[in-house]
Amino acid sequence: MARSAASSTRVFTRFRAHSVLPGFNLAMGFTLLYLSLIVLVPLSALFFKTANLGWGGFFAVLGNDRVLASLRVTFLTSLAAAVINAFFGLIVAWVLVRYRFPGKRIIDALVDLPFALPTAVAGITLATLYAPHGWIGQYFAAQGIKIAYTPLGIVVALTFIGLPFVVRTVQPVLEDVEAGVEEAAASLGAGRWDVFRRVIFPAIYPALLTGFSLAFARAIGEYGSVIFIAGNMPYISEISPLLIVSKLEQYDYAGATAIAVIMLLISFALLFSINALQWWTSRRGVR
Amino acid sequence: MSQSTRIATHESRSVTLLFIGVALVYLLLFLGLPLFAVFYQALSKGWGLYWAALQEADALSAIKLTLIASGIAVPCNLVFGIAAAWAIAKFEFKGKSLLITLIDLPFAVSPVVSGLVYVLLFGAQGWFGHWLQAHDIKLLFAVPGIVLATIFVTFPFIARELIPLMQAQGKEEEEAAVSLGASGWQTFTRVTLPNVKWGLLYGVILCNARAMGEFGAVSVVSGHIRGMTNTMPLHVEILYNEYNFVAAFAVASLLALLAVVTLLVKSLIEWQARRSGEPLHHGA
Repeated sequence: MARSAASSTRVFTRFRAHSVLPGFNLAMGFTLLYLSLIVLVPLSALFFKTANLGWGGFFAVLGNDRVLASLRVTFLTSLAAAVINAFFGLIVAWVLVRYRFPGKRIIDALVDLPFALPTAVAGITLATLYAPHGWIGQYFAAQGIKIAYTPLGIVVALTFIGLPFVVRTVQPVLEDVEAGVEEAAASLGAGRWDVFRRVIFPAIYPALLTGFSLAFARAIGEYGSVIFIAGNMPYISEISPLLIVSKLEQYDYAGATAIAVIMLLISFALLFSINALQWWTSRRGVR
Repeated sequence: MSQSTRIATHESRSVTLLFIGVALVYLLLFLGLPLFAVFYQALSKGWGLYWAALQEADALSAIKLTLIASGIAVPCNLVFGIAAAWAIAKFEFKGKSLLITLIDLPFAVSPVVSGLVYVLLFGAQGWFGHWLQAHDIKLLFAVPGIVLATIFVTFPFIARELIPLMQAQGKEEEEAAVSLGASGWQTFTRVTLPNVKWGLLYGVILCNARAMGEFGAVSVVSGHIRGMTNTMPLHVEILYNEYNFVAAFAVASLLALLAVVTLLVKSLIEWQARRSGEPLHHGA
């Protein structure tokens, strides 16, 4: 039985020389069917719904002050969180790759916590910590700075959920920077800062940018961790995903869909630039 | 020794300590403290109230629903991940990179939008709304909708882990097995699977963590019916909004425990994979 199967595949290879392995039709068929049913058909519903709305209706939703304000809040807080994560993420990656200290393995594992901790849990915990009487919030409250229930709180939540991205993209690249290059630069008289600026940073820069974009993209769509700490004041601390939910609760499907399409287009643009960035990085790596 | 001979391949001790200090403070403030706070708040009024909160009927039904949703979503995405990785990694065809991009799509979609698309399909005004109503089938604001939304948000996890791994391993071993007379299934279970087992497990536990913890997408399709369509994260939200903080953090502590276990198992898998020489793909 097995032998006849093998010989038949051998005959088959004369027609399709590229593979002797079986199962392509089954695997590919299932992949396409599942992808279509779960992802493509539902997502296309979004665009058909918007098409029903027409350009006029679409721009009427978009031109709304509250919608624009929510997009601005979402965009700016995500950007701030991604910048914070790029800066501290670089330091964390550096420390994890270059230095030895007790507890390093636990710290390394802990970096992935935001991937594993449900967003709602993160949301209620951060809101409790950064509230005016919370463990952290009280010190800021004493200085007259309110964090929870303001846009600052949103930045805190988005920093939390985006934390692993920069660390995890920069870490492997930093590990691959050859000590020999650094030694050569140093022995030619470069100071430590020059070595970092001229040798190490150019090598890790694309990874840093990728990590930044991933953190930014994730923050744009985030909902669960933000709504507990944001205060959700229209025009001030209301994020776009929340506005989608409130429109749905008022049965305003068209309005919800229009905002969703805008967010989806922003995400696609980001996904596209991340892919382009990774393509550019891998080409640079080949040299 | 003159100063010029000191080669600058390392930072001075003070800079090193400063960097380690900054990194540790940042991580403790953003990760360590919140993790500790979940358990602290859950137990702040003693073990008695903690246990009572977990044994409450609505909490138990939320736990059950979470287990059902992830118990269906993870195996579905596992089968899909294996099929997609087999087709993509072991065969050459046109449009491969487009297919990989499409598989990644759910990661680019806001959880809220993931829920919304199912409302547009199955809601009362949706494409299939009338048909479903006519046949008395309830998908939305019921368990099937929650399962579907969970499948959507965790869709890429396992495929993303397996595809680069199986691509890196090439297909020579499988071709050898087939030409020696092994069937396709034998080739898969005895050659391919042992080569990717750690990557597979890695994808499964990350997929499971997200499936059990998903909030936004599930929230949109759930309808928030207590004891019926509330998963654990949704139950946490309801309790929190009712100012029942001890109960909210008690249920949250179970999810935090799940996160800790996930991180432990993940580290263990990474260690095992390194030992056995099987590289892991670190997808974000």
